[in-house]
Amino acid sequence: MTIGPNDPSPPAYEGAPPLLEMRGILKRFPGVLALGGVDLTVRAAEVHCLLGQNGAGKSTLIKVLSGSYQPDGGEIRWEGRPVTFPTPIAAIKVGISTIYQELDLVADLSVTENIFLGHELSTAGFTQRGRASSRARELLARMGHTGIGVHRSVGSLSPASQQIVSMARALSHDTRLLILDEPSAVLDSGEVENLFRVVRGLVAQGVAVVYISHRLEEIRQIGDRISVLKDGSSVATDLPVSETPTRELIRLMTGRSIEYVFPPRTQEPSADAAPVLEVVGLERKGLFEPVTFSVRAGEILGLAGLVGAGRSEVVETLYGARRATAGTVRVNGRAMPNGSVAARVAAGVGLCPEERKSQGLLLDESVSSNITISTLQRFSKAGFLDHAAERVAAREMTESLDVRPAGVDRAVRTLSGGNQQKVVLARWLLRECKVLLLDEPTRGVDIGARTEIYTLVRALADSGVAVVVVSSEVEEVLGLSDRVLVMREGAVVHEAPASALDEAQVLDLVMEGAPA
Amino acid sequence: MSEPETAVVGRATPSPGAQPPSARPTRTSDRDGGGIAHLLRTAAGRNLGLVVALVVLCIAGVVTGGDRFADLNNVLTILRLAAVIGVVSVGLTFVITGGGIDLSVGAIVALSSVWCTTLATQTLANNGTWLVMVFAALAVGAACGLVNGVLVAYGRIVPFIATLAMLAGARGLAEIISNRRTQIVNVPAFVSVLDADVLGIPVLVILFAVVAAIGWVVLNRTTFGRRTVAVGGNPEAARLAGIRVQRHTMYLYVLLGLCCGVAALMLVARTTTGSSTHGTLYELDAIAAVVIGGTLLSGGRGTIVGTVLGVLIFTTLSNVFTLNNLSISAQSVVKGLIIVAAVLLQQRLAARKT
Repeated sequence: MTIGPNDPSPPAYEGAPPLLEMRGILKRFPGVLALGGVDLTVRAAEVHCLLGQNGAGKSTLIKVLSGSYQPDGGEIRWEGRPVTFPTPIAAIKVGISTIYQELDLVADLSVTENIFLGHELSTAGFTQRGRASSRARELLARMGHTGIGVHRSVGSLSPASQQIVSMARALSHDTRLLILDEPSAVLDSGEVENLFRVVRGLVAQGVAVVYISHRLEEIRQIGDRISVLKDGSSVATDLPVSETPTRELIRLMTGRSIEYVFPPRTQEPSADAAPVLEVVGLERKGLFEPVTFSVRAGEILGLAGLVGAGRSEVVETLYGARRATAGTVRVNGRAMPNGSVAARVAAGVGLCPEERKSQGLLLDESVSSNITISTLQRFSKAGFLDHAAERVAAREMTESLDVRPAGVDRAVRTLSGGNQQKVVLARWLLRECKVLLLDEPTRGVDIGARTEIYTLVRALADSGVAVVVVSSEVEEVLGLSDRVLVMREGAVVHEAPASALDEAQVLDLVMEGAPA
Repeated sequence: MSEPETAVVGRATPSPGAQPPSARPTRTSDRDGGGIAHLLRTAAGRNLGLVVALVVLCIAGVVTGGDRFADLNNVLTILRLAAVIGVVSVGLTFVITGGGIDLSVGAIVALSSVWCTTLATQTLANNGTWLVMVFAALAVGAACGLVNGVLVAYGRIVPFIATLAMLAGARGLAEIISNRRTQIVNVPAFVSVLDADVLGIPVLVILFAVVAAIGWVVLNRTTFGRRTVAVGGNPEAARLAGIRVQRHTMYLYVLLGLCCGVAALMLVARTTTGSSTHGTLYELDAIAAVVIGGTLLSGGRGTIVGTVLGVLIFTTLSNVFTLNNLSISAQSVVKGLIIVAAVLLQQRLAARKT
């Protein structure tokens, strides 16, 4: 394994204050505490890795650091002095540059124009094209990329080259701290090597890098120190990469900080019960390899794996939200048309999607409309809605699921994550669906509400619903499911009853090949 | 209704009757804040604001125009003018609430008006029934809407472009069919029915009232309306909830096309002509009325009452200006200012909400 040239850590920080210190950063959104006291310390000339699952708060933290969001509490120090970044410009001025996952380049402008976009080299309003081009060449050369023509339009470049242009743009601002948000997501392995070379070169020149990724093997190669976020809080800071085992990192990212209470498996679903959901050879090329499984009434099937292993994609495809390239899905023996969500819903399938706000809810609409949206037929005669019946049904649901605060006319936006999730669940409960698909059902849900959701899911299964649960949290999958499929890199690598697996085994399976 | 599912949760399910049925808190009653800003955030409050604006305009009309403004005939003129654009605006409220836009409404009105007044159509109408003309206008409107809907929903062309193409195409077709000549209506039955008064109220105004009432019921009291709001508010969530988003989007454009057909009939009756220049710039007037009415251009919230008030405000404004011999150009400037002010107000209220 290659360790960066900057390892062991340079002694530069001894005595001097760290380049960046964030202490107790708080960020609230309506109904949600996105960051609940996050610490981050970055020193000059180090690669500091920020780890955490989707929704852990990494992006929010970066936006606070880059001036896009204002924190509701906590302190930011830059070289020991307290600072605030009221705008992104303020952050850029002290020397913080951020390269987001979606590169913010203008495709139709040239490389040079993109590098100096917003701070064009100019005299009396006229751009100095010659000087800009030669400065652009210098910046690209500083990263060892003289091959990129500075007059080419950025849209014609490969994603890897575009990323280099983004970095050149950052460097054109005299950057001292470079934030890379999942830089490897768009790159193939050769390009990643190249990216690492560039990063190491920059670190050797004294630039600090915050590197965000959930590919642990990359962090091994490029990182000096690691901070881990989970559910909006720091669970570990300043771990030295070389001394922290991978399994420990996964445990920190996915692991419980508090013991969750799982309801007991009340009854074993009888082995000869007919399967409600049958998935045969379902495949979506480029996302996951063919999978075959079935779920019986009363059974909870767990899909374990890291983010990006293809679990959500399998669930979305079997729900019809993505088109399958091959394979069939049958519900109660009836084949479902490819790519039709409406047919699934009509057949009694429901999905609580991974991104609750963008995929699950009509945020500005009332709790009541969100609950009844999939059941409107039941409350209508000849197309006319019976509002009173709708509200009564919604109120029954919110009371039995204990949605707080009570009141079905409240906009769903004002509810906390856990209560929003209950609203999505209530939608499918009301529909009395036969197959319930849950994608990360407890993400952004507090501990108390988690237990309620687990109890509810188990109770549903006991009433005869077939449930599929996707979760990155190993103990959630193990604690909640009857049977577990483990996925890695788009393929199912293991299937076993949950009682026959323990956490360590599953961690090994999801991570196979990585050093323990 | 859903007893088995609620029962498994293991909590007592209180009888729904325990809640006083009269307890119908308004949607925003639990929000903090107060004063005018708070009032304007509620649907009723926003409509009240529009009513106040309309009353102010009327006072301005009485002060500057005196009896000429307050005259019953003048009021009926305002209403007759408002009726045609109003019917289009009601349909457009659905499309915009559903997350779309339609620039082709004026062109569809023109094409429908031309098609239902061709010599062939009128001959048929005179030989049979004047309803032939009604059928022709509605069928042409719905067909244009269907093309828009298919292009937007299934062809995945952004609505702005798809309907821009329809704007050009439909008006061009209207010019070809009419040979750019104004087609006079020679079907007495048609005119005598549609351009008549019932109990002193013009049939056009009654039609507008009926369309607006149907629109309100459909948007607020039917599954179709609820789905429209869902599709416009969050199409992805709507799709994952099992709504056929594409099909629904298509229906919205067909509905608007039908409204354009009705508007064309009203215009033909009022002017006793069909012409390829009918409905020019209706798209701007209709979008303006919908937006100042409080429907969000980004979709997900629509109000028929607001749209009707928006139409009345603009029509009354024109009337007041005309009575004071102010130019059409000055009217346009004031309209522009009103639109900007309304949207700025909307945005500030929306920003405070989040």
